[in-house]
This record gives sequence, structure tokens and C-alpha cells, in this order.
Amino acid sequence: MSKPSPQSMPKLNVKERIRCFKEVALGYTEEQAIAEASRCLQCKVPRCVEGCPVNIDIPAFIKFIRERKFDEAIKKIKEKNSLPAICGRVCPQENQCMGRCVLGVKGTPVNIGALERFAADWERKRGISIPEIAPPTGKKVAVVGSGPAGLTAAAELAKLGHEVTIFEALHAPGGVLMYGIPEFRMPKEIVMDEVKYVESLGVKVETDVIIGKMITLDELFKMGFDAVFLGTGAGLPRFLGIPGENLCGIYSANEFLIRVNLMKAYRFPEYDTPIKVGKKVVVIGGGNVAMDAARSALRLGGEVTVIYRRTEKEMPARREEVENAKEEGINFIFLATPVRFLGDEHGWVKKVECIRMKLGEPDETGRRRPIPIENSEFLVDADTVIVAIGQRPNPIAVYNDERVKLTKHGTIVVNPETYETTFRGVFAAGDIVTGNATVISAMGAAKKAAQAIHKLLMEKKVSS
Amino acid sequence: MKCRFKIVAKERLAPGIKRMVISAPLIAQKAKVGQFVIFRVDEFGERFPLTLVDWDAKEGTFTVIFQEVGVSTKKLGSLEVGECIIDVFGPLGNPSEIKNYGDAAVVGGGVGTALMYPQVKALKKAGNRVVSILGARTSELLLLEKELAEISDELYISTDDGSKGYKGFTSDVLKNLLEQGRRFDYVFAVGPVPMMRAIAEVTRPYGIKTVVSLNPIMIDGTGMCGTCRVTVGGETKFACVDGPEFDAHEVDFKELMNRLRTYVEDEKRALCAYEKRVRRMKEDV
Repeated sequence: MSKPSPQSMPKLNVKERIRCFKEVALGYTEEQAIAEASRCLQCKVPRCVEGCPVNIDIPAFIKFIRERKFDEAIKKIKEKNSLPAICGRVCPQENQCMGRCVLGVKGTPVNIGALERFAADWERKRGISIPEIAPPTGKKVAVVGSGPAGLTAAAELAKLGHEVTIFEALHAPGGVLMYGIPEFRMPKEIVMDEVKYVESLGVKVETDVIIGKMITLDELFKMGFDAVFLGTGAGLPRFLGIPGENLCGIYSANEFLIRVNLMKAYRFPEYDTPIKVGKKVVVIGGGNVAMDAARSALRLGGEVTVIYRRTEKEMPARREEVENAKEEGINFIFLATPVRFLGDEHGWVKKVECIRMKLGEPDETGRRRPIPIENSEFLVDADTVIVAIGQRPNPIAVYNDERVKLTKHGTIVVNPETYETTFRGVFAAGDIVTGNATVISAMGAAKKAAQAIHKLLMEKKVSS
Repeated sequence: MKCRFKIVAKERLAPGIKRMVISAPLIAQKAKVGQFVIFRVDEFGERFPLTLVDWDAKEGTFTVIFQEVGVSTKKLGSLEVGECIIDVFGPLGNPSEIKNYGDAAVVGGGVGTALMYPQVKALKKAGNRVVSILGARTSELLLLEKELAEISDELYISTDDGSKGYKGFTSDVLKNLLEQGRRFDYVFAVGPVPMMRAIAEVTRPYGIKTVVSLNPIMIDGTGMCGTCRVTVGGETKFACVDGPEFDAHEVDFKELMNRLRTYVEDEKRALCAYEKRVRRMKEDV
């Protein structure tokens, strides 16, 4: 039997997708999934598993798919990952599992992400089954934030028999999956299903509660919680700090995406929250968030140009997303950065003044540092600007609590083994510890933190 | 769906202006003067902030007073006692810096006169002598006049049309007092942006510490979106987490006014769509 060829992910055609928010990647059919699964070499020492932050037994679940045992496949994934429908969509697999796949050395690696997504979607369509839950331990854990880290920690702890309550500040759970990643990449229905799954494990979700303002850490312990997990993420926007940045029509990527995703401004006026997308849209930045913002603006009718200070090669965005953006007709200006924004008499942005850059020596991130070229300024027309140059951690939950030590970057200091903060019984993981990173790295860390919390609670139980 | 935020009292104070008492024990317990809450009235609703006017930790309720100007406030105003608001979130923002300044003037315009009430109360309690200056377009839009008269040492009223008190602006009243030789150690102003700007200009030559409570567009209220950014002393601040109160002499009011007008056209469109929906619903009944 000849080996099947690599299965490409079916996608919504460009013409259709650029005017709506429907999911772009459509997912494998059963036959495609089986064909792709058949390409896996079932390595004795699987390198893909090493590349997975939550160590899913990848060859095992792929083998089940090949054998058409989809039930078994999803069960295998869920032993390690509670949110596979999400990870299958937004993990940077090319740098993780797929990046290590032996087939990738000479040809195309197995599309592990697409297979994970297939298994998760297959289960979702049939109704998600609830795994076995350990008998109640009588211990209570408060989880702060309901993004990837919070949901993962909550699910893990609930499965271990602890009573878990998630506190979410926004009106909907899901964190960045809800407010940040657009519908066309991460359908909100799927996020809600994953949240429902976590709730089905016995986890309570309290929205509209902001820890640090409405309830302090001390009060959580007084309320009977035995441990606290902080998964509050990197929710604060970064701005450029250049003249004219507060002109009307200039958004942080956070604001733009919150309006579009969380508030559903793309369905205004059916939904009350408006958004302004002018004819000419400029997006500053080269990460996934910049791609999400650019592609959202395009769908809202803008002609979009992305300005990035390095070259395409250094873009931190996933290759796949850059390709999608290009396919959809987004323009790119590389090696340039804005120096100021120019507005009209009503305070609306009209132009972005940029300066050309060249690449110098590699910096601490290993990427070549961009250096401005003198007297190379040029103007770009813009009615809407979206600043997508990264997010900062949001330590609002621990404001005014000196027992939780922060770094000078505002991230929370934790014990690298246990993820415990400098405040006994308070743990943290995800972007609030690392600064903005990926969904899966937050989930990987949250899992380890959950294990450490479990250990602490069970020790306490024995000693008391 | 369980009802988390029930309306326990509702009263029409003036045309288009309503007072609402809402059950929210956590907010009532934590509220401090100067703080605000974020509302989302229904599944389709916007998130928008309203400053707390009063609260009762024992009853587990808080009070807001608002003017029905856009879809969101009209939706809120259309709810009746016993009905529920799906999301109420707070208290947010920094509390006012309340201390004994000595002689204080609290100035409010329009629906902002309602927000004078907690300020005057707190400043009095801290030992200040408080002069209240309240103004509105016309006399029937003056809010909490009786309540403010009871707790202030002196009360001045101005109306644009002269239907009550001084004919003109609150800033004129304050200016006249200062020109007559009255001295204030602290001025607090809340109301429409042009009024707050005028107050800032009146007190600037006298070097009086002047604080304004700003009301920019907001979404999350926790520092996430940056919608509410204002320039204060040449620096960008977020009204939600750095404010909402700032030194009036340092605020870039022109920028604030521009930014508040960002969605004027959309707000009109949204209002049209909303009113059409309401009409259709009424016809169906």
C-alpha cells in the first residue's frame, strides 16, 4: 500500500470569507483524518510528544484515528488536554509537536493540530462525555480568570476532586479566547462548549467578579478557599508612546478585538457596540494579534496595511495566519515603524508618519534588531489605526498586596517548580507569569500549577 | 437564568432622568465615593459606566442616576422594579481623595449634579465647609436640590435660561464668588466636559486644587482596552484604573471632547434601530 499524501486543511474560499466572520479552516472530513493519521510513522521514541507543552500521547491518539476509533482518540487526548477543540485551532503546532515530527525533516510533517481538532469536533458533535472525577477532597480552590490557564487549572483540580470556583471579571468566560481571538479563527460557540465541559466537571463560574477590587485575596481565604490560582493573563495594551496616539480612530488591538469579538460590534446595530473601520486601515505589529486585527478590519470593509518593523521572516505570527492574511488581500510594509500620527481639525487620525528600518545585530530575543534609517520618513494614509505591539500582564488582582511579589515587568514571581507565588497558597501561571505568550504554554504551566496545588492541599489534609 | 442584579426601586427625577436602586451586595459592601460601576443591560448591550451616587451595605443595594441619551441608557431606563440587569460590574476606579481641605466648593452640571451628592456628603463628614453650586439647562433638570441643600453649608443654583437662580453657568457663579473675595482650598467639578473645562479655567489663576471626575467611553473598566485614555499633564492615563478623577488643570479637555464624539453617528443609527425594535414590539402586543 502506498503512503497517502499529506492532507491539506480545507478552507472557506477567499471571496466568501473576506466579508464574513465564519471560521476559515473547515476541518478534516473523516476520510481525510484517517488518511492523514495513516502518515504517522508511530515512532518508538516520539519527538512530537516532547514538543507538546502538555505531553499528549500523540502517536497513540493518531493510531486510534487511523483505526477509526475516534472515541478512543479523543479520550487519549483528554487525558492530558482538557481543551482540545481550542488547542487544535490556535496552538502554534509548527513550532511544537509538528515542528519535531520526523516526517518534517525531508517532507511534510503529520498535521497533528488538524487531527486533534478533528477528534475534538467529532466528540463535540456527539455530546461531550464527562471523565471520571476523584471523590471529593473537601478542599476549595479559587481560580482567578477564565482564559486558557484558568480553565485548565480548574478542570485539572476538579478532576482531582476539589471544589473549584472560577472568578471572571468580564461578563463572559473564556478570557482571550472570547475577547481576543476572532470568530473566524476561534468560533465562540466552541469556547462556550469548552467552558460548559469544564462546568460539567463541577466547576462553578462566577462572571462580573473582579478579584482585588470586589474580593481581596485575604477575603478569598476567609470565604473558605484553601488555595488560589491566578490566571489573569496579559490583558493590558501596549501603546507606542508617540505623538498623536490619542487621536480618534486609533485603537489598541485589545479595544478593537474586544469590540469585535466580545461585544460583537461586527453585528452592529443588532448589537449595541459600534466600531469604526475607515476606508484605509493601518495595523502596527507583526504578531498573531496583529493578524487577527488586520483580518477583522478587512472583513469590516477596510483596505488594510500591516506595518512591521522587521522583515517577514522575523514576524512572530503563525505562518499559516500570515498566509491567510495575504490570501485575503492584506498589504504589508516591512522594515518600517510609525513615528507619529497626524490628524484633522476634528481630532481624527488621517496619516501615519513612518520611518524605514534596517536590521542590525541580533538582540536578546535572537532576532535582528531593527534600526531606524535617518531621513527616511514617509506618510501612509489612515482613517483607522490599530496598535498591535503586544500586551502587558494585568496584575489588578494583586494590586496593593505586597505579599505577591512582581517583577519589574509587572509579571508575578513564582517558584518555577510549583508555580507558587511569594504568598503561601497563592499560585499563578500563564501570561501573568511569562508575559504574553501562547494559549498552550499557559495551559501547560497551569496544569503543573494545578498538580502543585493538589499536592499542597493533600499534604495539608494529612497534617490537619 | 438566575437574576443577579434586580432593580429594587426606580424613580423619575426629571424629564429623561431616572434614579435606580439596584441589588448587588458585593458592590454595596465595597463601594467608595468617586467609584463607578459598568453596566450591560441585556444580551445585545454595550458596556457603559455610571458613577455611584449612593449605596447601602446593609441592604446590599446601590443607587445610580442617569440621563436617557442613547440606546444603553434608554434600555436601562425602560426596566421596571423587579426586573433584572444581566451584568453590573464594580466598584471600579480609584475612590476620591477625601480629607479636610478646609473650604471646599463642589460644582455639578446637568446629570452631574446627582454625582455631587456623595462628594458633598463625604467632604462634610471629613470636616470641610462645603459650598455646593449646581446648574442645569433649566430648573426642572436640577437634581437633588433638596438633598444637597440639607447637607451643604451654602447652596447656589444657576440655570442657562434663568428659570431658577443665577442666569448663566456654574462657572460664572464660582467666578463671582472668587472675585468677591471668597477663598476655596478645594474645588470638585462633575458634569459635561465644557463645564468642567470652564471650572478649571476659573480656578487656575487662583491656584486652587481642582479635581474633575471624567466620563470617557469605556468598555471593560479594568485597564484592558484603552478606550478611556485621556491626556493628563502630557501623559496618557486610563480613566478606568488611573482615574476617574484627575487634576482639572492638567486634563486635555479638547482631546476628551473629540474622543467622546467618536461614535456620534453610530449612536444615532443605533438609537434609530432600537426605537424601531421597540415600536415593532409594541405593535405586536
